[in-house]
Amino acid sequence: MGFMQKLADGLAKAREKFLVKLDALIVGRKIDESLYEELEELLILNDVGVTASARLLKHLRKLVSERKVQEGHFLRPLLQEIVSERLGKPEAIELQQGRLNVFLVVGVNGVGKTTSIGKLAQYYREQGLKIMCAAGDTFRAAAAQQLEIWAERAGVQVIAHAAGGDPAAVVYDALHSARAKGIDLLLVDTAGRLHNKTNLMQELGKVRRIIEREAPDALREILLVVDASTGQNALSQVREFAEIVPLTGIILTKLDGTAKGGIVLAIREEQQVPIKLIGVGEKASDLRPFDPQEFAAALLSSKTP
Amino acid sequence: MFKALGERLQATFKKLRGKGKLTEQDVTEALREVRMALLEADVNLKVVRDFVAAVKERAVGQAVFESLTPGQHVIKIVHEELIKLLGGSTSRINLSPNPPSVLMLVGLQGSGKTTQAGKLARLLRKNGRHPLLVACDVYRPAAIDQLETLGRQLDIPVFSMRESKNPVEIARAAKESAMRQGRDLVIIDTAGRLHIDERLMQELQDICEAVHPHEILLVVDAMTGQDAVTVAEAFDKAISIDGIVMTKLDGDARGGAALSAKAVTGKPIKYIGVGERLDALEVFHPDRMASRILGMADVLSLIERAEEALDVKRAAELEQKLRSQTFTLEDFLTQLQEIRNMGPLDQLLGRVPGFAQAKQLQNMQIDERELKRVEAVIFSMTKRERQRPEMIDGSRRKRIALGSGTSVQDVNRLLKQFEQTRKMMKTFADMGKRGGKKAKFPLV
Repeated sequence: MGFMQKLADGLAKAREKFLVKLDALIVGRKIDESLYEELEELLILNDVGVTASARLLKHLRKLVSERKVQEGHFLRPLLQEIVSERLGKPEAIELQQGRLNVFLVVGVNGVGKTTSIGKLAQYYREQGLKIMCAAGDTFRAAAAQQLEIWAERAGVQVIAHAAGGDPAAVVYDALHSARAKGIDLLLVDTAGRLHNKTNLMQELGKVRRIIEREAPDALREILLVVDASTGQNALSQVREFAEIVPLTGIILTKLDGTAKGGIVLAIREEQQVPIKLIGVGEKASDLRPFDPQEFAAALLSSKTP
Repeated sequence: MFKALGERLQATFKKLRGKGKLTEQDVTEALREVRMALLEADVNLKVVRDFVAAVKERAVGQAVFESLTPGQHVIKIVHEELIKLLGGSTSRINLSPNPPSVLMLVGLQGSGKTTQAGKLARLLRKNGRHPLLVACDVYRPAAIDQLETLGRQLDIPVFSMRESKNPVEIARAAKESAMRQGRDLVIIDTAGRLHIDERLMQELQDICEAVHPHEILLVVDAMTGQDAVTVAEAFDKAISIDGIVMTKLDGDARGGAALSAKAVTGKPIKYIGVGERLDALEVFHPDRMASRILGMADVLSLIERAEEALDVKRAAELEQKLRSQTFTLEDFLTQLQEIRNMGPLDQLLGRVPGFAQAKQLQNMQIDERELKRVEAVIFSMTKRERQRPEMIDGSRRKRIALGSGTSVQDVNRLLKQFEQTRKMMKTFADMGKRGGKKAKFPLV
């Protein structure tokens, strides 16, 4: 099954709900103010947010007047065009061959950091790379065990310390061990932390500094994991984490629920951090690169792929 | 918590405050701000619409004619409507008169079920129950380990069946085991599941049929967006939930999900999770939460928290010491330790009136390590020095600084602080003597 199909399936619930509502709104109507207003509410209901919705609509109005469209049902292809244009080009994760690459995975509690790392480990393992994981979540009960189980499934090694230890120390050990063993990719898990807790955020800064110091130029990605059902708080998460560590991308998880991931648009409109991976299911292969065109099509296209 | 929402509403109302009379236009304009603020706080659109309409109807009809300060009147109405929206009065959980009571936690992945199970067990044990935690999450790797670790930390037994992959069987066996062990409260931690996963929703129904929970709590992440409503409705439809636990409210999430969940399901929010520590679970009070949203600080919760942590008898002793001017560095140390027991300081201070609003304090971070440093300094003093700080001269200061790994300046600062505290306390104590305002908690 192609990923396009997979994505469409994963988004099926969301798409269904969104499209039915959208069609009910626009089909058979003339484009006027009240239609725009209702459209704005629909976007807000999908977590696109007040600000981003306003921008999308402004863009839509412009297209409508340029193309002299009057019938409501033309809005859907226009929206698809706008969404894919505004989401921009896909940005892939690239590894450097023949040397150590490090990914640091961060996020608030319960978004799926450890699970995403498990999936990444499996994915890159299947590409034939030597992988190691560092259990940087020393706080939550049994977090290291959770990572170990994932790693065992993927057949990769985990470096872990006793619970309650210093995450920076775990990372330090992992870096040295990874270098000694000629590891291609080290995946660093971290404890979930709410972005307004200064001390915990400082700890994250320290972990990053250790990586930069012990393995210069190896830190390839700092990925923020965001739960797709998060509302406007996701913007605050991106902003605050980016202030402490230079985020290179976002992993959007749990897109297989009924949340439409309208937050994708909100994040894109208000933050500079690209979405690189999305999770649409529980299997390792369900974590995939994010393609804005595919996403827009899966959400808005009238043809089921 | 709810800070941004509170701030926005306050800014809106400031405009109203200066007015002698309110026109319909004023109200409409203020409510547009309210609408925006609520939407940005992830309150469900439909809920916002009803809320705004309800406030408007009351505000326009009355304020213009009756109220002397219409601005205040609108704030009062918004406050009252918020309380109504949040569920009116405080709801307790249902426990069966015939033990064991069965309590089940359900929700999406990552909402915080396992952690809340531990917190609830701790809280209800404090209320005299004998909980048994049950690990029914057989899917997520290490979920059982997590619950067992929490059980060990709390010294509360955990029931698990590692060889079983059948949550229904585990729940049934746990209930029987509770009866044999004389535990009167069974807390079932279930696996996180999507509300659209029919197989797993069926599994929840099967568990319900097997053990008939007296209380089913839906655990909802405060950061959830507009979809919180769909999730709450789906769980409610499948297994008829009794209430909601809102988690991660210690973040900067504005918690709109909390406002919406109650409104659409009609099921009350019963508890809120306000931190990662196992004691960071509170009974939900709609009136207090409404006050918090509007920026009227939540003093009641603060006092409750203090009472839980402070030893009442010792507090009385301290007060006596203050009056008789025999307050020493040792008492100072005890006090510091008790305050630390109350939980993270910044969280506490957020609830003190004025603190949440004072601009210059907003970026202030309370460093718990600073307290540790103070402790270290006091620990490096001799007993006599602690009782008679006056005797600490230059060479003693040097020794104390060396012993505690601090500098002489640190020691000086502490002694100065202590002296100021003592003076302040004296003032409070005198006030009390004259029958004035009594200082109930002589905080530092």
